[in-house]
Amino acid sequence: MSKVLVIAEHDGNQLNGSTARAVACASELGLDAVDVAVLAADGAVVADQAASLTGVSTVVLVQNPANEHAVAALLAPQIEALASDYSHVFAPSTTFGKDLMPRVAAHLGVPQISDIMRVESATVFDRPVYAGNAVVTVEAAEGIVIGTVRTASYAAVGQEGSASIETRELSVELPSHTRYVGLQTSGGSDRPDLQAAAKVVSGGRGVGSEENFSVIYKLADKLGAGVGASRAAVDAGFIPNDHQVGQTGKIIAPELYMAFGISGAIQHLAGIKDAGTIVAVNKDADAPIFEVADYGLVGDLFEVIDELEKAL
Amino acid sequence: MKILVGVKRVVDYNVRIQVKADGSGVATDGVKMSMNPFDEIAVEEALRIKEAGKADEVIAVTIGPKVCQEQLRTALAMGADRAIHVETDDDIQPLTGARILKALADKEEPKIVLLGKQAIDDDNNQTAQMLGALSHWPQATFASEVNIEGESAVVTREIDAGLEQLSVDLPAVISVDLRLNEPRYVKLPDIMKAKRKPIETITLGDLNVDAAASVKVLKTSAPAKRQAGIKVESVDELVTVLKEKGLI
Repeated sequence: MSKVLVIAEHDGNQLNGSTARAVACASELGLDAVDVAVLAADGAVVADQAASLTGVSTVVLVQNPANEHAVAALLAPQIEALASDYSHVFAPSTTFGKDLMPRVAAHLGVPQISDIMRVESATVFDRPVYAGNAVVTVEAAEGIVIGTVRTASYAAVGQEGSASIETRELSVELPSHTRYVGLQTSGGSDRPDLQAAAKVVSGGRGVGSEENFSVIYKLADKLGAGVGASRAAVDAGFIPNDHQVGQTGKIIAPELYMAFGISGAIQHLAGIKDAGTIVAVNKDADAPIFEVADYGLVGDLFEVIDELEKAL
Repeated sequence: MKILVGVKRVVDYNVRIQVKADGSGVATDGVKMSMNPFDEIAVEEALRIKEAGKADEVIAVTIGPKVCQEQLRTALAMGADRAIHVETDDDIQPLTGARILKALADKEEPKIVLLGKQAIDDDNNQTAQMLGALSHWPQATFASEVNIEGESAVVTREIDAGLEQLSVDLPAVISVDLRLNEPRYVKLPDIMKAKRKPIETITLGDLNVDAAASVKVLKTSAPAKRQAGIKVESVDELVTVLKEKGLI
């Protein structure tokens, strides 16, 4: 029997939306079952959420105080122990999955397929290279297939499932060489999560300062949108790193993406090419962002946002 | 304390990538090649740790054909003390690369291996994590700040949720992200000086490393392109079209 195990991403309370997208990809493999593994300190709530994902057969719940925070060096040996029942182990290609899965693959002695964007068969996949400027079709090596899923390429599965939850005790020795210290988030916001938001309003270098970014937040709140930024805006300190959209930030696929004062470096475009509709507002009529925008408007972003707010 | 830092030769950051018509790969003939930008940041961080008096020697290592020595020379000109060239004409994928780095780490016994978080050609983002697994070392990926404190390091990591801090015992492998530092410019006298620094050339055989099973590339194609849309003349026009599509 061939089965795929999808490693759930969560924060201890809430299943991250990327998991449902990874399950969508895993469901396309055409295997006998799609299972989800929840590794947590206290994972009952997250396991219930995972069990409701459409298409999932079994949720494997591994509870250990060491799993309170997702530390790759601690999670990898546990996943290695679970992997023997599976032909495939997938995780979302978020910073969680990117950090974790190569460690699992190397423990198992197999190569990994990163950023799966299309499933041709259970062993043949498409993935982007060169910041998405080329796509390679690759065939996995013999043995277990370890992969990460480019979540922007897949819509989340629904929540009509009723998987069984199976608690597993693992007798694996975990290393003590890595300790979680803390996490700073931009926090305390009611805004939708950037990677799950249907609409995203983004600002770039053209916004000019941290103070000026308030106009981006204001418009986003009016639209019920998440807030994104270009690398230039993050580098300049206008906004924290967890808002960065692009090849080295978040790769997103909202229905509406509105870019203000973003010129459109290749690395930024790599993060938005799956958006439904792209709107770009920029002073420079030759900005590369206009080459991918469905609707472009040449003008001062502050004036445009002001007018937009009045019109909404 | 030694630091081993990985350097990869890749198509330069600014080159517009052309996929070959026969699907065999991307055009690299006559294309500018450079050190992977993330690796430059790794070299810079290694040098800063040494300059802060927390390391004695920075060793740059690359894996690939003879021409890769150009990138080792760049690392030496930046300030690395010596370099190791693992010479091979084979396509080295991350798992094999990690095996090679492990063999070198066993030989050189560095306290830190610094690598770019990904190479901008294959975008795999795997080698550092695989090295961590093979060596049974801690890993701290996507670093935006590194503080060495005696026998451990506190590393700030750029993750989707924000900035995470991990404390890892040394030896450890650290993969670097873009905001860790800004690499120095190399000056002409340093380039001249770098020519006299030693590069040791070795093979996979010397290191007793067998190539791992590899992912087979069946074909390379150009990505589906977004069509450029239209320019609207006013905010009113923009609002109208977005309303028509039910987006606002």
